[in-house]
Amino acid sequence: MAEAQAIAASDAELGIELTAKPRGMLIRAWEVFAENKLALGGLGFVVFIFLFCFVGPHIYVTNQVNTNLLNTLCTPSGAHLLGCDDLGYDQVGRLMVGGQTSLEVGLAAAVVSVFFGTVYGAISGFAGGFIDSVMMRIVDAGLSLPSLMVIIILSVIFHPTPTVIIFIIAVFYWFGVARLVRGETLALRTREYVQAVRVVGGRPLRAVMRHIVPNAIGTIIVQATFAVADSILTLSVLGFLTLGVAPPATDWGSMLSGGLNYIQGGNYWWLIYPSGVAIILTCIAFNFIGDALRDAFETRLQRR
Amino acid sequence: MVGFLIRRIGQSLVVLFLVTVATLALVHLFPGGPVLALLGSRANPFQIAYYNRIYGFDQPFYVQYIKWVGQLLHGNLGFSPKLNLSVTSEIAQDLPKTIVLVLLGTIVSLLFGIPLGVYQAVHRNSIGDYILTGISFLGYSTPTFFLGIVLVDWFAVDTHIFPPFAPQSSSILSILGQPRALVLPVVTYAFLLFALWSRYMRSSVLDNLVQDYVRTARAKGASERRVIWSHVFRNSLVSIVTLLGLSVPTLVGGAILLEVVFNYPGMGLAFYQAALNVDYETLLGFTVLATVATILGNLLADVGYAILDPRVRY
Repeated sequence: MAEAQAIAASDAELGIELTAKPRGMLIRAWEVFAENKLALGGLGFVVFIFLFCFVGPHIYVTNQVNTNLLNTLCTPSGAHLLGCDDLGYDQVGRLMVGGQTSLEVGLAAAVVSVFFGTVYGAISGFAGGFIDSVMMRIVDAGLSLPSLMVIIILSVIFHPTPTVIIFIIAVFYWFGVARLVRGETLALRTREYVQAVRVVGGRPLRAVMRHIVPNAIGTIIVQATFAVADSILTLSVLGFLTLGVAPPATDWGSMLSGGLNYIQGGNYWWLIYPSGVAIILTCIAFNFIGDALRDAFETRLQRR
Repeated sequence: MVGFLIRRIGQSLVVLFLVTVATLALVHLFPGGPVLALLGSRANPFQIAYYNRIYGFDQPFYVQYIKWVGQLLHGNLGFSPKLNLSVTSEIAQDLPKTIVLVLLGTIVSLLFGIPLGVYQAVHRNSIGDYILTGISFLGYSTPTFFLGIVLVDWFAVDTHIFPPFAPQSSSILSILGQPRALVLPVVTYAFLLFALWSRYMRSSVLDNLVQDYVRTARAKGASERRVIWSHVFRNSLVSIVTLLGLSVPTLVGGAILLEVVFNYPGMGLAFYQAALNVDYETLLGFTVLATVATILGNLLADVGYAILDPRVRY
């Protein structure tokens, strides 16, 4: 202990700051990220909406299993903060339940598509040559398909449960990720440390997994963040088209779609606006975070 | 340039092949096969076998594929038994209407998005820039249908300024003769596209502002207005042209959600109704058409880029 203090003291005399010790990439990225107030707001909102949807139902207890026709379309009041929908479900509780589906599907679709896209893109870029050409033509083909159209067709075919929807959304999202990661890989594979793996006889898989993917992690994380926002939007689109999760499950898009029937019949604003605003705010929050992350990882590269 | 064109077209053909295979395979994903989707779940095995024979679904996949592509090449996109109408005539009815709506929306959004994007880049980090950035973030994150519903709620249900639906007529002339009914759909579409154009224009102008030719223009005494509008602006438009090429498919596929919200009788609404009716021939035909449009659009974007930017050499 005394020895450490002595070293610290001598460091101070020499003008060396102890804080200048090498810090991890993620810590430095966090510092840049934290300077961006919009992103911090976004992060705060994401934390809030997760607590709202997953912890909220334990505090604000509502019956989301049985319909209650006595409460049909009841106006917002002390008992029902945002009123009830056409089946008498409390709207705040409904927002929580629907939000669970939206967030779960959004996150899972993002993870699945980014994981698959990363592996595919890294392999394609690292292999190069003919294999790369073939693999990239497949990606081109996937990106040429009108994604919303095919997602609608797939939903009609499979009458999806939330798990199936995750894959229906992911099946189109990974193409874009694969193309991006492949681009990164092409740049990284000529670096000395990747070449060195080859020279010392390391397997290609090791070069990809231990050296290329970790160095492309910035791009990957940014893509994953945007993917969450896009997947939540896609799910809400399916919900709106009544092709989303089947009742009694619901999501924000399905809630909005249900409220639409009453738009002409009077001022039932609580059937439309809360779920729509929830979708927008959640997506904006994830987009803010993604933007700031991109800046954070890029600035890191500039400082190096 | 010729070599580039040939290689690029060759790539497009490979992609076209892969995509058509995938699309046809999609039809076979229907539970019980496409014929069961057509006949309904109460069809008996004899009927199923009979119709499989008529439609050729009892053949091996590659035979079906060759036949199908042969028909496509003759302009036969299939026949919808549910509508008793060939898919081609469906498209002939719906496509012009979709093109009208999408073109109007695109023009309006370009008229606002491009100048405002330039403004944002020139006055970077000003209050105006922040406000417009906020608006475009909102545009990115708002589902089309929600914006449409909100506008209908405000301007049709509450205030009766505009009708809540798009023009319903079958001819383009009478659609254009109802400008009031076109306002809400066009504004909805334009607002969402505006986010795209202004963001791209902003970053494109920012990229160009630091180029050497801008310094040269300033050094020789060109006014700031001249530097921005006749040097930077024109060069920044190149990337917008590329984006326009990429948005060709919406001309064909239609903005599905927009048309559903406003009940506009174009390609998007027809596709949605076909999806609800499990009218797989229509679904297949529309998807193929949209895919071809995408591939052509990409090709146009690449070629346009190569023509407009003399630095690009392939």
